[in-house]
Amino acid sequence: MTVYAALGAVEQGLVYGIMVIGVYLTFRILDFPDLTVDGSLPLGASISAVAITNGINPYYSLMFALLGGFVAGMITAILNTKFKILHLLASILTMIALYSINIRIMGGPNIALLGSATVFDAVIAWGIPGQYAGILIFAVFALAVTGFIVWFLKTELGMAILATGDNPRMITSLGVNTHMVIILGVGLSNGLVALSGALIAQNQGAADVGMGIGTIIAGLASVIIGETIFGDNNIARAFVAALLGSIVYRLAIALALGLEFGGFSFSPSDLNLITAVLVVIALIAPNIKKKVVAR
Amino acid sequence: MISLDNCSKYFHKGSVNEVFALNSISIDIDEGDFISIIGSNGAGKSTLLNSIAGVFMLDSGTINVGNRDVTTWPEYKRAKFISRVFQDPLLGTCPSATIEQNMALAKKRGQWRGFSRGVKAKDRPMFQEKLKMLGLGLENRLQDRVGLLSGGQRQALTMLMATMVRPEVLLLDEHIAALDPKTANQILRLTEEIVGEQELTTLMITHNMKHAIEFGNRLIMLHQGRIISDVAGEEKKSLTVNDLLQKFYDSSEEELVTDAMLLA
Repeated sequence: MTVYAALGAVEQGLVYGIMVIGVYLTFRILDFPDLTVDGSLPLGASISAVAITNGINPYYSLMFALLGGFVAGMITAILNTKFKILHLLASILTMIALYSINIRIMGGPNIALLGSATVFDAVIAWGIPGQYAGILIFAVFALAVTGFIVWFLKTELGMAILATGDNPRMITSLGVNTHMVIILGVGLSNGLVALSGALIAQNQGAADVGMGIGTIIAGLASVIIGETIFGDNNIARAFVAALLGSIVYRLAIALALGLEFGGFSFSPSDLNLITAVLVVIALIAPNIKKKVVAR
Repeated sequence: MISLDNCSKYFHKGSVNEVFALNSISIDIDEGDFISIIGSNGAGKSTLLNSIAGVFMLDSGTINVGNRDVTTWPEYKRAKFISRVFQDPLLGTCPSATIEQNMALAKKRGQWRGFSRGVKAKDRPMFQEKLKMLGLGLENRLQDRVGLLSGGQRQALTMLMATMVRPEVLLLDEHIAALDPKTANQILRLTEEIVGEQELTTLMITHNMKHAIEFGNRLIMLHQGRIISDVAGEEKKSLTVNDLLQKFYDSSEEELVTDAMLLA
């Protein structure tokens, strides 16, 4: 792997790390497997791209993307809590609907941002080379989001979210409306995923309706890798681990894509297969380890 | 304080598994009453407590608590003034949160939860003082996860949490049934202490007839979704286990007679 590829992987790991933090919030904290993210990532990208091409400040466009993702997540959570649709199915429904909505927002399957203003302009104007500008901006956003979530989960409201995932009957008996908490939590999660999508689009110079495919799997892979390597024995550590897990995941993918066996090498289209295998291994490894140790 | 008027509840209504869990129950409970509730399995004891707590809505009848008609209120809204301790010690606390986090959650029961710090430093002395009351040494383990505690310790903590903000009504659903006899006794003493100190209106389900007689100023026996016995005051004080058993067999016999009549 070249230094250039490694830098690229770290950059990707940071920006997708914002998405991974969103996935951690639903998957681990709320115990709500949420596939909406496959739709809310391109939703954020679409909203941000359309806003920028209409002359809106790229930073403001991030706000709109975040709000859009928040609403998408709320819809999934409302379908689940108020209408009793299974969480997985509710999130797939929202995800499918978002595919059409994203094309409507963009007026087509993709929008190019070449030559448009982006959040990187200011940093590049300071004289920082293009390939570092991405890492710098993404690191600032990823750390800010991690810090915010860790702070938030220590507030009264945040603790109610933790308790809702942990023991819903208990927290209901303490007067918390778990439906509202789930709607808020899944909304926040998808807001972060959309923010991640918006930053990716600005970095790539394009938003594409297909860019969200496999988001949930990449998110889960990163969460599991992070937990396995860096541990999760308190909230701060768990979220930093998720962010680092995202970077390790992107590095592993970059490494895999660089491998060659005789005439065979992986192509980027093999990514989903590699990821799926990675997640399966990560999920069954603890069980196999337990059995082997028990003997 | 609490009044139930003609409350009925079916489960699986309309199917072959239909259960008539509460059969037009009416009862008035005064402020400060400590009622022990007994009855065989399936008598409707838990259903009665759950319908007061708002776990499900009644099929008919109304419930008033403290002059509010709460019949259609969801559980979380009633939790502002109704506190519960479950039979399963694992249900009352959050395992992955620490002792102080659990207590902080309980301290906000029924109140708005905002963006101020969940566990406030100024509350810690109060938490420690309450935990000292238990005599389990938990006051030195504020930062330990509750998942590390034993069932008895968790149930003791749940008792504290349920009464941290004084509830108007305390519901105890066989809260000592899953504990070993020694721990059960400790939790029962703790219950008596807290209920006495805060003068709580309490409903306690128990399978132990001795406990039912010893605790509280009033005793209710349920059978097949109906109240078959309701004794209070002097009459309750003079009750014996044999009296209760007799009452219970009387009601069961009645059932046998009706079954026999059906088959005849």
